[in-house]
Amino acid sequence: MKRNNIAIFDYGAGNLFSLKAALERNGAESVSILRKLNDLGGFTGVVLPGVGNFDPAIRSVEPFKESLLQAMEDAINGGVPMLGICLGMEMLFNKSEEGTLDGLKILDGEVVMLSKKVKIPHMGWNNLSITNSDSKLLRGVSNGSWVYFVHSYFVKPTDKNIVAANSVYGSVIPALVEDGNLFGTQFHPEKSGAVGGIMIKNFLKECTQCS
Amino acid sequence: MPLAKRIIPCLDVDNGRVVKGVHFEEVKEAGDPVEFAQKYKSQGADELIFLDITASQQGRETMRNVVSNVAKVIDIPFTVGGGIRMLEDAREILLSGADKVSINTAAVKNPELIRDLMSIFGRQCVVVAIDAKKNVGGREARSENSDQEYWFEVKIFGGKTGTGIDAIEWARKVESLGAGEILLTSIDADGTENGYDINLTKSICDAVRIPVIASGGCGEPKHMLEVFKQTDVDAALAASIFHYEKSSVGRVKDYLKSNGIEVRV
Repeated sequence: MKRNNIAIFDYGAGNLFSLKAALERNGAESVSILRKLNDLGGFTGVVLPGVGNFDPAIRSVEPFKESLLQAMEDAINGGVPMLGICLGMEMLFNKSEEGTLDGLKILDGEVVMLSKKVKIPHMGWNNLSITNSDSKLLRGVSNGSWVYFVHSYFVKPTDKNIVAANSVYGSVIPALVEDGNLFGTQFHPEKSGAVGGIMIKNFLKECTQCS
Repeated sequence: MPLAKRIIPCLDVDNGRVVKGVHFEEVKEAGDPVEFAQKYKSQGADELIFLDITASQQGRETMRNVVSNVAKVIDIPFTVGGGIRMLEDAREILLSGADKVSINTAAVKNPELIRDLMSIFGRQCVVVAIDAKKNVGGREARSENSDQEYWFEVKIFGGKTGTGIDAIEWARKVESLGAGEILLTSIDADGTENGYDINLTKSICDAVRIPVIASGGCGEPKHMLEVFKQTDVDAALAASIFHYEKSSVGRVKDYLKSNGIEVRV
């Protein structure tokens, strides 16, 4: 099997150490934390982490936007897998109520604030309701599994077919989107105990299998 | 709502060792943080909180090595507090592997720190710890509850220094400044093992829309059931019942579940 070299992008906004540790615990041979994204050659997978705020994060990828968008297109078409976690997933969409800047617009849809009926942020363990039984990330994950969420906004994809799992908090919230090898989780797999570990292993497996 | 109530073991850390104090004083040693973290994770803890309890008093840096060693072995979220005075302190702790930072004294001294942390790291990273003590008299009656004989005062520097600030008003303020969560400790209840301060917890939960963690006073699983049944609190923190193995996280959760509380098991 191919050696797994994973890149984590650093928006300069927080905890990447535990994500790196989670990837290493689950079998990644090397994990690099990058401040620049212009050269992704040599990496078998890319992770956009989930700590920070929408506008600063978008600003931080602005200088590498072209190569990042190309890498995302490739991922959708079965190329090197990418995983956006929480904010890293929200950035894939057109825009967010958290900020004023445009999102990366690689997935169509908007990011909106959670229902005012419930406490915000949605912080804690919630159940997954799996809607796509063929999901690559959810192989071996049971319906109803608990995963850890920390977020105030959620994505509303135009194409509902990319949603692989939902959760309920104030309303139905897409918890996992999957389009080819482009994955986005609203929850934090690296913080979701053993269940999260299964998903990270699944992601790493996809990383070793594509060219 | 299916969101599980969280059970959070707390590790008060002093010089890299877990300690447990009574009423914020008379600290005694209880063990190694990494061992505790691993044990609690395997028992099913939903989250961990590390508080460097003497950091504010002595200006001590929170032990980054402890944080990163813990982050290597656990796959559940954890919060680190103590000694965070400025943005750079928070960033260093987050980079060492913490998911959230908890600020207490620094937030009171400089409330704008909450907003600054929120705008850079996101609301979800910012926990404001409120140490509250019941006071009778000594202050004008609270405007909204003027029939009450007591009020809750925010204390800082590890519970030693009064501020004259009403805890309920402070909770509302930290929410509006950008706190993502409140870690509420009753100084009166802390270390007594007689149960959480239900009145305090209820007052704060009713005042804000962000999650609240109840802390101080847990001596047995029944106390967690009480605080979940009687208040809208999201999480219950405990230290001694887990440290001294009077109970385990797993047993607490089984007990709560059998009493109708939604928990992750």
